[in-house]
Amino acid sequence: MNKKELNIEVRYLTRVEGHGNIVVNMKEGKLETCHFEVVESPRFFEGMLRGRSVFEAQHITSRICGICACGHTLASIQAAEDALGIVPTAQTIKLRKFLLDLEMLDSHLLHIYLLAAPDLLGVKSFVPLIASHNEVVRRALRMKKTCNTLCDILVGRHVHPISAIVGGFTKLPGTKDINVMLDMLHGMIPDMDATIELALSLKFPEFERDTEYVGLVSDDDEYPMLIGDIGSTDGVRMRKEDYRKVANEFIVPHSSAKRAKLSRESYAVGALARFNLNSEKLLPKAKAVAEAIGLKPKCINPYLNTAAQLIESVHCLDHAVCILEDIRRNPLNYQEELVVGLNEQHLIPVRAGSGVGAVEVPRGILFHSYQTDENGVIMNADCIIPTNQNTGNIEYDMTKLVPEILHKTEKEITLDLEMLVRAYDPCISCSTHLLDVQFINR
Amino acid sequence: MKKPNVAIFDFACCEGCQLQIANMGEDVLDVISAINIVEWREAMSEKWDKLFDVAIVEGSITDSHAAERIKKIRERAKVLIAYGSCATIGGVNGMKNAFELEDIRSYVYGDSSGYFPTEMTRAVHQVVPVDYFVYGCPVYIPEFVSVLKAVLQGIPYYVPDYAVCVECRMNENVCMYDRKVACLGPVTKAGCNSWCINNGNICYGCRGMVSNPNEKGAREVLSKYNISMEMIVNKMNMYNKCRELGQDE
Repeated sequence: MNKKELNIEVRYLTRVEGHGNIVVNMKEGKLETCHFEVVESPRFFEGMLRGRSVFEAQHITSRICGICACGHTLASIQAAEDALGIVPTAQTIKLRKFLLDLEMLDSHLLHIYLLAAPDLLGVKSFVPLIASHNEVVRRALRMKKTCNTLCDILVGRHVHPISAIVGGFTKLPGTKDINVMLDMLHGMIPDMDATIELALSLKFPEFERDTEYVGLVSDDDEYPMLIGDIGSTDGVRMRKEDYRKVANEFIVPHSSAKRAKLSRESYAVGALARFNLNSEKLLPKAKAVAEAIGLKPKCINPYLNTAAQLIESVHCLDHAVCILEDIRRNPLNYQEELVVGLNEQHLIPVRAGSGVGAVEVPRGILFHSYQTDENGVIMNADCIIPTNQNTGNIEYDMTKLVPEILHKTEKEITLDLEMLVRAYDPCISCSTHLLDVQFINR
Repeated sequence: MKKPNVAIFDFACCEGCQLQIANMGEDVLDVISAINIVEWREAMSEKWDKLFDVAIVEGSITDSHAAERIKKIRERAKVLIAYGSCATIGGVNGMKNAFELEDIRSYVYGDSSGYFPTEMTRAVHQVVPVDYFVYGCPVYIPEFVSVLKAVLQGIPYYVPDYAVCVECRMNENVCMYDRKVACLGPVTKAGCNSWCINNGNICYGCRGMVSNPNEKGAREVLSKYNISMEMIVNKMNMYNKCRELGQDE
């Protein structure tokens, strides 16, 4: 029999990055509240950036998020270069794409194995899995470590990369480094194959809600992550400079929540959005995995974002191998290695301007925008984070989901809701912008 | 030996220092086998309602709720470790202190700024006593393991109180000043193995200042390379702004 009364409050949802609450309230069969609240202490990054040199922006904004530090770095650098009128070389773009592949792999694997899988295997965290699924846990940690070591070689470290700066890299990997990295990626393939096997055995909850999916799109045949226009499954296409028209941040009168919408009441970003927009551009093995899972665009089951993350992991591993093989054929030009701080010696032309960075990071499209004065000092900064583009969509999902699962126990409903939120892989520390702080005290 | 009950908590931060633990790879299983992790919101759903032998705290204290929460954690923890720059020195969150709080709130949140009470950013030891410090943005895992070993043995851990330059020389890096670039290595605590300079960048001072910096020497270097004090102070404020609030609780 279906429930008429429901009172779910999950304070500080676990196994997500940052602090968020789920609050659902139903009285006499009427859904009164269905909220995903963000209660992270605001950190005011955009405010703090004012008065800092645009050359420092990447170092500071990387600290918005430890998980997607490389993604913030790349979006920040793109915005700064756009403002300064610096055009990166083909070699720099190649290495940045490689860095973004590593970022996707690292973050997706963390989410699939350590944050999402425990729910699908019926345990509270990866800790019990150390005993019950030791080889699985070891594989996850091993793959994660490999991504991490690759980042160590490429940019000094994964959490807050060191050598990626405006203009290029302060240190370029040597010939030996390239070979070591390629060996490591090849060495990861058996673990990736085992991950695919595992994912095929997992059963994701069935639930569908049609929505608009937003991400980078491009005219070439590469799955766009670093460079592109902004596109949507409802047929929108805009230049990255128009990102504000995409996000359309607005305030909901009844809840004071700032949200994003484009063609409908909400939209979604992330692995599933990218898959829905660009699946035909995936590399062959990733395409085969999508087919084995049965994932086809347009997929509207948000739980399958985790499956899309797996497909992207397969793609990124192969893409990273392609880049390194290309570098092996066409060695790097080490003359491009940069000295940091040349701006302080006024050796880099600086101008007053504004720039936008739009980069796909693990959780979806990320926008950074800076306005600088004639000395390259930031006057205004704006960062729009994937998670706050998703928050509205998560709540609409919850509102549709709850009435469909009222036959379940309250505990099961709670778990379904937690898994739904986790499937979006929210990154709440990132949400410098979020305004959803309405508390319900009963 | 009974395994100590360890909990990991986060305040205002990017959670990257926690991630450094997961980034240890399979080695993390050795660490986990030496301790009993009872609460870790980012990675686990398990909760604990008793005393903690060790509480590892990441992040800065930036509002009154956080101050109350850290005091409660302190009451329940036999040993408290401040973990990462945000916790040990305030870190990048401290840059907020350079602004009027009302100004920065309304800049970021506009008319809705009333929903976001905030206070001056403080490091953890500026609110409650701290037993061990793991510096860095992010923490340097070999140092974290050393601290953890010291905690488990009940002995002190001494953070190096000499400049990053000592390690940088050992790593045979060309001095950034010789490349005409201002670097905070000369005034920053070592212990990171000059991580950033090894990778071609400068030291940003994320581990906090040495207790007795060679001010005279630093002034000589600045004048030799024609670098303004203003620029150096501006660089220091990226991580070390909270120093102004006083080091002692």
